[in-house]
Amino acid sequence: MNSTLLVNIFRFILLLAVQIVIFNNMNFLGFVMPLPYILFIILYPVNGNKTGLLFASFLLGLTMDIFSNSGGVHATACLTLAYLRPYLFKFSFGISYEYQTIKLNDVLTPERFSFILLSVVIHHFTLFIIEAFQVSFFLDILIRALLSTIFTVILCIIIIYLIKPNKR
Amino acid sequence: MQQIFNFIFKNSNRILFLLLLSISFFLTIQAHSYHKSKIISSANILSGGVYEKINNVSEYLNLKTQNDALAIENARLKSILFATTDSISITKLEKTKETQPYDIVVSKVIHNSYNVHENYLTLNSGKLQGVKSDMGVINNLGLVGVIDNTSPRYSTVVSILNVKSQINAKIKKSNHFGSLIWNGKSTGFVQLIDVPRLASVRKGDTIVTGGQSVIFPENINIGTIEKIYIDNKTNYYTLDIKLFNDMTNLGHVYILKSRYRDELNNLEKVKKNE
Repeated sequence: MNSTLLVNIFRFILLLAVQIVIFNNMNFLGFVMPLPYILFIILYPVNGNKTGLLFASFLLGLTMDIFSNSGGVHATACLTLAYLRPYLFKFSFGISYEYQTIKLNDVLTPERFSFILLSVVIHHFTLFIIEAFQVSFFLDILIRALLSTIFTVILCIIIIYLIKPNKR
Repeated sequence: MQQIFNFIFKNSNRILFLLLLSISFFLTIQAHSYHKSKIISSANILSGGVYEKINNVSEYLNLKTQNDALAIENARLKSILFATTDSISITKLEKTKETQPYDIVVSKVIHNSYNVHENYLTLNSGKLQGVKSDMGVINNLGLVGVIDNTSPRYSTVVSILNVKSQINAKIKKSNHFGSLIWNGKSTGFVQLIDVPRLASVRKGDTIVTGGQSVIFPENINIGTIEKIYIDNKTNYYTLDIKLFNDMTNLGHVYILKSRYRDELNNLEKVKKNE
């Protein structure tokens, strides 16, 4: 129990730091920004404390907002993702997901991929829609969200493979 | 009573979610509607300090371009200095400086954003250097933005690449005014709207700041006209303006402190109250 808590705190800080130092300065085509910091919410233990997850993702988003001057945009998107996570599990892994031992940071299967993809899509679309707040930018929002989603998914999968714990 | 408690315990996660969601919505809407009073901004010890550390490293990567820009600016200032042939005109220069009601604070951009619709910069000078909100920010090439939030050591700037920014500007040649906005599309271009049809505009004309506000002095360079449209709804000109500044690569900037700002603000307040 304690070690998972420590791992999660470590992941929280590390992902935020990497996001702010490296990925925030990354601009493909001038406006596409990958946001792999949401890996924290994706990789949070399946049967972990849900209240804790809500608080943690709120804090995660708020920290991102402080660093990018965006009000509460990231916080809203992260909270939405954290709240919808159980439903996504149900969708990707079947109704009885709670009784299986799901490990997300393992070999990529269609279930895991669909879960990661859905999470990123939900987070990014919430984020970009709230960020613009105007209907006149609709097409722009769509392109940004789609391209950023692609890059974030690719980066998430790469990061999961890189930090995959060794098989004992 | 028992049932209420049961309900709360049963739905505690949902209630917590709604509570946190309303907080974040409040923060979002507040940031969208009124500027200057934003609760969350990167002008604080934590993010300012982190950005300053990051900038200390990344600064080295574009030292060369910064040096070139400074050398060019030095050359321009020297040419102004040496072009004055006799001592009379030098005193004249000093006299105009005396009537020039702006103090200048040198500052450095420690964080720059240009890939969202509402872009903000973070500078490494704040209240301790006398920076307040609604001061103008320029660099050697032209307009950069307006100060938004300040903390003791850092401040944030509403970049001209922000869909909320609106700055008074004019055509240098003919003195016709318009407002400078950004449509959120390209980082190299801004738009000048509400230019009267009487104005004679031509591609390549220079756009400078107008003298209608205390934020910026008159005649600070902005850019050149790239495209000319006529707005169907208002029947005014809309001009696409190519910026002199490369907003994606900013180093040192100057913050303009108007000495007469409070005086003018008070005067306008009195006028409004009457």
